[in-house]
Amino acid sequence: MAFLALDNLTKSFGSHIAVDRLTLGVEKGEFVSLLGPSGCGKTTTLQMIAGFVEPSAGAITLEGRNLRAVKPAKRGLGIVFQSYALFPHMTVAENVSFGLEMQGIAAAERARRVGETLDLVGLGEFAGRFPRQLSGGQQQRVALARALVIRPQILLLDEPLSNLDAKLREEMQIELRQIQRTVGTTTILVTHDQGEAMALSDRIVVMNHGRAEQIGPPHEAYERPATAFVAGFLGKTNLVNGASVRPERISFAASGLAGTVKTRIFQGNHWLYQVDTADGLVTVIRQNTGEAMPEEGAAVHLAWGAS
Amino acid sequence: MAYLLSLPALLLFAGVVVIPLAMTVILTFHDWGQYKGIEPVFILKNWREVFGDPYYGEMFGRTFRIALIVTVLAALFGAPEAYILNRMKSPWRGIFLLVVLGPLLISVVARTLGWALLFGGNSGLVNKVLLSLGVISGAIPFMFTETGMVVALVHVLMPYMVLSVWAALQRLDPQIENAAVALGAGPLTVLRRIVLPQAMPGILSGGVIVFALAASAFATPAIIGGRRLKVASTLVYDEFLNTLNWPLGAVVAVLLLAALAMIVIGANRLVERRYAQVFG
Repeated sequence: MAFLALDNLTKSFGSHIAVDRLTLGVEKGEFVSLLGPSGCGKTTTLQMIAGFVEPSAGAITLEGRNLRAVKPAKRGLGIVFQSYALFPHMTVAENVSFGLEMQGIAAAERARRVGETLDLVGLGEFAGRFPRQLSGGQQQRVALARALVIRPQILLLDEPLSNLDAKLREEMQIELRQIQRTVGTTTILVTHDQGEAMALSDRIVVMNHGRAEQIGPPHEAYERPATAFVAGFLGKTNLVNGASVRPERISFAASGLAGTVKTRIFQGNHWLYQVDTADGLVTVIRQNTGEAMPEEGAAVHLAWGAS
Repeated sequence: MAYLLSLPALLLFAGVVVIPLAMTVILTFHDWGQYKGIEPVFILKNWREVFGDPYYGEMFGRTFRIALIVTVLAALFGAPEAYILNRMKSPWRGIFLLVVLGPLLISVVARTLGWALLFGGNSGLVNKVLLSLGVISGAIPFMFTETGMVVALVHVLMPYMVLSVWAALQRLDPQIENAAVALGAGPLTVLRRIVLPQAMPGILSGGVIVFALAASAFATPAIIGGRRLKVASTLVYDEFLNTLNWPLGAVVAVLLLAALAMIVIGANRLVERRYAQVFG
């Protein structure tokens, strides 16, 4: 049996079914993302694991024991909230120390572990600051440290990077992955950002209307999407002759599907094309290799491998 | 040049606040006699009388004792009320907010008279019922007692505390209690360690408002306390309108204002210094 197992987990609010018979097994040390648009049930699923929302039906087991029978305060899970939910009246060190205090750990041991965890997230020198005096990225690290310091069996991340700007988000993604590898905590991330999910996860669960449309490693879901929704959600895709083809798989060739270049956009490391064909508009992405590329209005032929 | 735009407001402020206030202060140094009325001289007779006669000390003591007890009680009842209100879901929150704030729409006089009708002497409704049932042998002492004044003032001033605490609670991160629970905190620990410290600025600023209003309240002490149990504001009223000893009334009024200003400014400083760093 998996480390954490969700079995036919269901939550309905009145007649609205937020999570519909979700079954998922998460292995120890694994990083799994729940990915989907807003309202797909990913956050509700996380809240049920955390214990803040009572499931309507189904089971949650952690190492074989029934988690639904355990109070939220006793589950021992680390949670990073979208808003971070730091305690504004406590210093960084007090925030991180709170969970250890609740476990009744002695002051000396607490101080040691707080220092250790703050060093892990690179905030060692900010221990005495209040959350208000920190930047968004720093607050995010405090939230992560606060969740990790209690050595949780599972780390739950609820859109933890969505409040950061694009550049910082990328940096934090790399750092988050490194920290997760270092401590080896089983992690479940909830996100609507497919790039983030694919960059961080061992496996992703693509959710829509409360159901898991596909569960698998990111590259597998990307290359062999189970449904049209998964294909569309994980990246740009073309539907040609009923088959789904990724734009970067299409190349300009001497023969193939004939079309005219409608728009051409230069994006630094690649070119983005919209080609008008008999099958409709086809999006093509070509690496920028420095060579001359077809211009707008040019007649081209498109070819792609049979993948 | 832009400062000139504030001139009308400054003139109004000077006209209706600064000048009357200065005149009141000057009035405290004038002489007064039963038959000669007010004499515009500079003497310290009135100040000596107020500081020399223990009657005034007792009266100021009563005023601030009542204000302090009212503030503490309003915080004890108002803060939990605001917390419960904040946790309610619509439409209940709106309905109960109206219930809490509704009394503000009714005149203080009417609200205090309600207490008088319930507890006033042997003919008060509650006393009548309890007497006829044999539960009590005499009327519950309410009118002309400090307890009565405190109860009525808490009732009248509670909405200010509830509003102030509620405003502070609304700034709470909606996930913050969950965050504490996930870290292993029980319900009481969440209240004491997470919610209360964040509600504290609201409780303190609500306390300053309630204290200032209770110490300067007139209608409620006048109705419940009457002439027998005077507080600063009812004493000033009597000196000005019954005894006609304006200079003496002015001394009491100036002292009340100065004491209140000092307490309010001091409390505000304390709140700001303590919380500026944390809540900003």
